[in-house]
Amino acid sequence: MEVAIRCHDLKKTYDGKVEAVRGLDLEILPGECFGLLGPNGAGKTTTIEILEGLLAPTSGEVEILGMTWQGHERELRESLGISLQETRLSEKLTVRETVELFASFYRHPASSAFVLEELSLTEKADAMVGKLSGGQKQRLAVATALVGNPKILFLDEPTTGLDPQSRRQLWEIVRQFQQRSGTVMLTTHYMDEAERLCDRLAIIDHGKVIAAGTPAELISGLSGHHVVEFAINGGQPVDEGLWSSLPGVQRVRHEDGFFCLQVDEPHHTIPALLLAVQQQGAQLAHLTTRQASLEDVFVHLTGRRLRED
Amino acid sequence: MALPEIQVEPPDVTTPVAVNGRWAGYWAILGARMKELWREPEVIFWVFVFPLLLAFGLGIAFRNKPADVTPIAVVSNSNAQAVIDLLQRSPGKNAIHADLLDEKTALDRFRLGQYSLVVTSDGNELLYRYDPARPESVLARSQVDDALQTAAGRTSAIKAETTQSSEPGARYIDFLIPGLLGMNLMNSGMWGIGFAVVDMRQRKLLKRFIASPMRRTDFLLALGSSRLVLMIIEVVLLLGFGVLAFHMKVEGSLLSILFVASLGAVSFGGVGLLTASRAQKIESVSGLINLVMMPMWIFSGVFFSYERFPQVIQPVIKALPLTALNDALRAIILQGASLSSQWIPLAVMAIWGGVSFLIALKWFRWS
Repeated sequence: MEVAIRCHDLKKTYDGKVEAVRGLDLEILPGECFGLLGPNGAGKTTTIEILEGLLAPTSGEVEILGMTWQGHERELRESLGISLQETRLSEKLTVRETVELFASFYRHPASSAFVLEELSLTEKADAMVGKLSGGQKQRLAVATALVGNPKILFLDEPTTGLDPQSRRQLWEIVRQFQQRSGTVMLTTHYMDEAERLCDRLAIIDHGKVIAAGTPAELISGLSGHHVVEFAINGGQPVDEGLWSSLPGVQRVRHEDGFFCLQVDEPHHTIPALLLAVQQQGAQLAHLTTRQASLEDVFVHLTGRRLRED
Repeated sequence: MALPEIQVEPPDVTTPVAVNGRWAGYWAILGARMKELWREPEVIFWVFVFPLLLAFGLGIAFRNKPADVTPIAVVSNSNAQAVIDLLQRSPGKNAIHADLLDEKTALDRFRLGQYSLVVTSDGNELLYRYDPARPESVLARSQVDDALQTAAGRTSAIKAETTQSSEPGARYIDFLIPGLLGMNLMNSGMWGIGFAVVDMRQRKLLKRFIASPMRRTDFLLALGSSRLVLMIIEVVLLLGFGVLAFHMKVEGSLLSILFVASLGAVSFGGVGLLTASRAQKIESVSGLINLVMMPMWIFSGVFFSYERFPQVIQPVIKALPLTALNDALRAIILQGASLSSQWIPLAVMAIWGGVSFLIALKWFRWS
């Protein structure tokens, strides 16, 4: 099967010093929504801009739809839809004028009216770009990418800074594009976005892929893919060793007064946990269990949280 | 019985409408630029209204007034009245205003610039006190002497006739309007291209453009074309204003004027593009643009003739693009010169525009 995007041993060094990307291999299949998940500064934007042909890699190979940037720039540009991080479109043009401007660059553009309708911008078609809300601006940025009828859509942090409703709207747009057998590549530092939207993803940190797979694979690959979170009141100070000695506990984390136990089988761990709390003369102040998330995967792999803010 | 074969086609939801031709992008960028400019009130003011205000203000300030009356002081003594009487009989009496004052007051006020000349008579001889460093004082001395001598009976050795000349074409406003036109073409070219490019770079719009299949040459071409459209409006407005408000006479053909103005607009567009080829921030390009334009404001003969500068630097001044533009505009507008006679300034502009455009292309950063 043909591969939509492939890169091999991709490296990018800025000014001969800063290694932003340090040997990256990716393969994205047609029709997939593929996510690059990682904290700020992990090399996500550098990677996606190399794939978009906007940055030259220091070394490594890039192949998009079986073509390279050196040999087929124009053809590739016709087939890609790109939304950059933080582009400020001209404020004195209307939404429709902006979409039509970008449509004019493509040989076979989609109808502007259709794209506006699909992105729920029809009502705002004659509004100046300067008057749009953050979510509307972001949808317009995606509209300028979709109006070229792309085969692949690149989105760099499409929902950063948006309210929950605008984020869900954008996810819906991405899914619609996928249903028309479009391929999507996006970067994000929101793990819920990656989990819900992406068919497969690569977690990157310090310019390297540290894990890749479907969200389900990544989570179940975690030893202990359930999390038991609790807090206690009173009793003697407790040694963390006590919790890790409970049956089925793979890992213990202590955060903000809560203990997080990564366990395989909560139904074995919880009775033992309750007993241990009682024996310490303490009271349980809080107890929840949940499926492990990509956040837990990231913390497990790096020892750091995804968003340190 | 075999079931009829049903062909299922995927619904064509994207419905590509038209196929865009080679120049669709160029026209769309040009259209978008013009709309943006038109919707920016500051642009309308600085490009169109400001030069008119400037022309109007300067035209009023330097309008041709009736000749000034020369104020002089006559030191009051017994012979003073004879001097006043002589002056009253002289043909130039309307151009001279004389006051009788005691010597000290007369000299004090002369020092303050209230009088241009102090005249003392001892009955036989006249004593003129004047300041050779003050042009109006020098003028007053010869004017008053001439008036007194003529009134006393001196006749001219050679007969001379004088006629007054303040025809349209030789006045300050006639000199000024082409200069303002040149300066305006420089300002709007440098700001219109330089500022716009850096603004778009700072907003990452240039990067977004080259992420699409937009042709880079189309973008630059459209930017230049938008300048030419504005140029036509600028020329027509300023010249029209000069003709209507100050009865200026345009000697050359409008086509020649538009050709020179186009070359000027393109030339400064190139210089503007070069100035803006790498700058990342509006602040830094603003400084650069002012730095480039400053010498031309001073040396290129916008408000006064550059002949006043020392001979040694004349070749340098003439090599500046604004000097070339102003010279060509003045020659064609005021003297009706032909385009071919202006080949040197036209070549100077073409070289500036061409060379800076080529360097700009090499240096230009899209992100």
